[in-house]
Amino acid sequence: MIGPALFFSACLFAIGVMGVLTRRNALILFMCVELMLNAVNLSFVALSKLHGVGGQVFVIFVMTVAAAEAAVGLAIVIAVFRHFRTVDLGALRLLRG
Amino acid sequence: MLPFDLAIPSQLMQAYLPDIVLMGGGMLLLLWAVWRPESEAHSRSVAFLALGVCAAALAAVIWSWRMAFTATNGPVAVDGFRWASDVVILLGTMMTLAIAVDFNARMKLVAAESHVLTLLAASGMMLLSGARDLMLMFLGIELMSVSVYVLTGIDRRSGRGAEASLKYFLLGCFSSAFLLYGIALVYGATGSTNLITIGERFTTPAVSEQPMMLVGLALLLVGFAFKVAAAPFHMWTPDVYDGAPAPYSGFMACAVKTASFAALLRVCLEAVGPGSEKWHLALWWLAAATMVVGNLFALQQRNVKRMLSYSSIAHAGFLLVAVTAQTPEGAAAVVFYLVAYTLATLGAFAVVVALNEGKDGPADIGDYAGLWTVRPGLAMAMAVFMLALLGFPLVGGMGFFAKWYVLQAALKAPAPQTKLSIILVLATVVSAGFYLYVVMVMFMRPRPEGAAAPPPSSPMLRFVIATSVALILVLGLYPSPAVRLAQHSTARSFAPAAPKAAAVPAAASP
Repeated sequence: MIGPALFFSACLFAIGVMGVLTRRNALILFMCVELMLNAVNLSFVALSKLHGVGGQVFVIFVMTVAAAEAAVGLAIVIAVFRHFRTVDLGALRLLRG
Repeated sequence: MLPFDLAIPSQLMQAYLPDIVLMGGGMLLLLWAVWRPESEAHSRSVAFLALGVCAAALAAVIWSWRMAFTATNGPVAVDGFRWASDVVILLGTMMTLAIAVDFNARMKLVAAESHVLTLLAASGMMLLSGARDLMLMFLGIELMSVSVYVLTGIDRRSGRGAEASLKYFLLGCFSSAFLLYGIALVYGATGSTNLITIGERFTTPAVSEQPMMLVGLALLLVGFAFKVAAAPFHMWTPDVYDGAPAPYSGFMACAVKTASFAALLRVCLEAVGPGSEKWHLALWWLAAATMVVGNLFALQQRNVKRMLSYSSIAHAGFLLVAVTAQTPEGAAAVVFYLVAYTLATLGAFAVVVALNEGKDGPADIGDYAGLWTVRPGLAMAMAVFMLALLGFPLVGGMGFFAKWYVLQAALKAPAPQTKLSIILVLATVVSAGFYLYVVMVMFMRPRPEGAAAPPPSSPMLRFVIATSVALILVLGLYPSPAVRLAQHSTARSFAPAAPKAAAVPAAASP
C-alpha cells in the first residue's frame, strides 16, 4: 500500500510544481503550493505506517503552518490587488533590473 | 554539570530559556502594541521595549553559554554553536530594530506591530539555530519566513513593497514545500527526524545509497539553497531586497541568512556527515555557482539596494565554501564570517536609510555622489562597510580575517578545497569592481548642482553606524579572541558526533 501512496503523492507534488512554473495568476500559484504541501502530507501519513506515529504528528504541524501561511498569503494578495488592480504576476513590473 | 535530560519538561524549558524569553516577550509586546491607539510615540515605545526583550534574550543566551550546559540527544541542541549563532542573530535583530525606528520616522510609517514581527521572526531563527530535529527545523523556518513576508510588505502605501512581498511569499512557500518533501523522504528512508539518529543510520550504505534518501537530501538542499539565496535559486533576492523597506532588507540579508546557515551546517555536520560524496559535490557546485553569479551580476547594478542584494548572494557563496569543508573549523569560520557580514551589511543598509529622504523608490547610486563633501562621517562609514565586505586588509577590519579563516578552513579540510579557494579569491577580485565603485562615487564624483544634503540622522541611527564601524575595526585589529571563542565552541559542539559516526562502520564491518 505504501508504494502506490508514495507514487500518488509524488505525482501530486509534480503537478503542483508544474502549476507554479507555468501559471501566472498569484491565487492559482498559491493553490498549487498548497497542493504540493498536501502531497507531502500524504507521504508523511503513508510513511508513518512504516515508522510509527511521528509522521502523523508532522502532518498536524504542516496543516497548522499551511493555515498560517494562507492567512498571510491572502492578505498579501489583497494588498497587491489594491495597488495593481490585478493579481497577474506578469503585470507586476515595478521591480526590475 | 549533568547534561539536561530533554525528556523532562522542566529541563527542556531550561534548554529553551532564551527562546522562551524572546517568544514570550514578543507575545506580551504584541498585546501591548495593539492595546493603545496607533501613534508615532507608541510605535517608538514598542520598538524600545522590543530592544529590551532582545537584550534580555541575549543575556539569557550568554548566561547559558557561560554555564556550558549540555543536553542528551533530543529535539534541541544545547551547545556552543547554537549560542554563538544566537548571538549573531540577536545582534542583527537589535540593529534592525534600531534602524527601523529611524526609517519609520522618515517614511511617516506608524506600525507598532512591525517591531513585534521582528521579534517573532528572530524567535523563529533562534528555534532554527538550535533545532536538532527536522520537525523543529521546519517550524523555525516557517515562523521566521511568515513573519518576514509580512515585514517585506509592512508599508501598505508602497506598491513596490506589496510586489516584493508577494514574490517573496510565493517563492518562499514554493521552497518550503521542497524542503518539506525532502524532510518527508529522509524520514521515510531513515525512520527518524532527529539529526543524530539520522546521522547514525546514514553511515550504513543501505540507507545512504537508497534512492529515497538521495532524492530527499537533494530536495532538502534545494530548500536550503532558496532560503540562503544560493544560485541558481537566488532569483527572488534582488527584487525582494529592492522592494522591501531598507531595515528589513538588511534583516533578510543578515539574520535570515545566519539562521539558515546555522541549520544547514547542523544538517551537514550531524546528519549527513562528511561521508556522502554526492552531497559534497552538490554543495561544491552550489558554492562555485553562487560566488560567480553573485559577483558578476552585482557589477552591473546602479541601485545600491540591488547591489547589496547581489552582494549578499555572493557572500552566501563564500560561506558555502566553508560549509563545503564539512568540518567544525568550517563552522567556526562561518560564525566569525557572519559576525563581520552582519555588521557590514546592516551598517550599509543603515547608511541607505540615512540617505533616504522619505521617498519610496530605488536607492540610486547617484545620491551618493560627492557624499564626502556634505556628510564626511557617513561617507567614511560606508567606505569601511564596503571595504569590510570586500575583505580589504586593515581598513576593511574583520572582513579580511573573515575571508582568511574561510580560506583556511577550506584548505585545511580533510579533502582540501583548492579549486573553490581559487574561485573565492578570483570572485573577491571581481567584487572590488562594485564595492570600490561605491567608494569612488562617494569620494571622487562631484556633488550634482542643487542636490540637497541628506537630512540629519537620529542619534539612534548614528549610534548603530558608529558601533558597527567600531566593532569591525576593533575586531579587525584583535580578531583572535573572537576567533578562538568561535573555534572552541564549535569544536566542542560537533566533536562528540564525529567519533560516533566513525565508530559505527567500524563496528558494523566485521
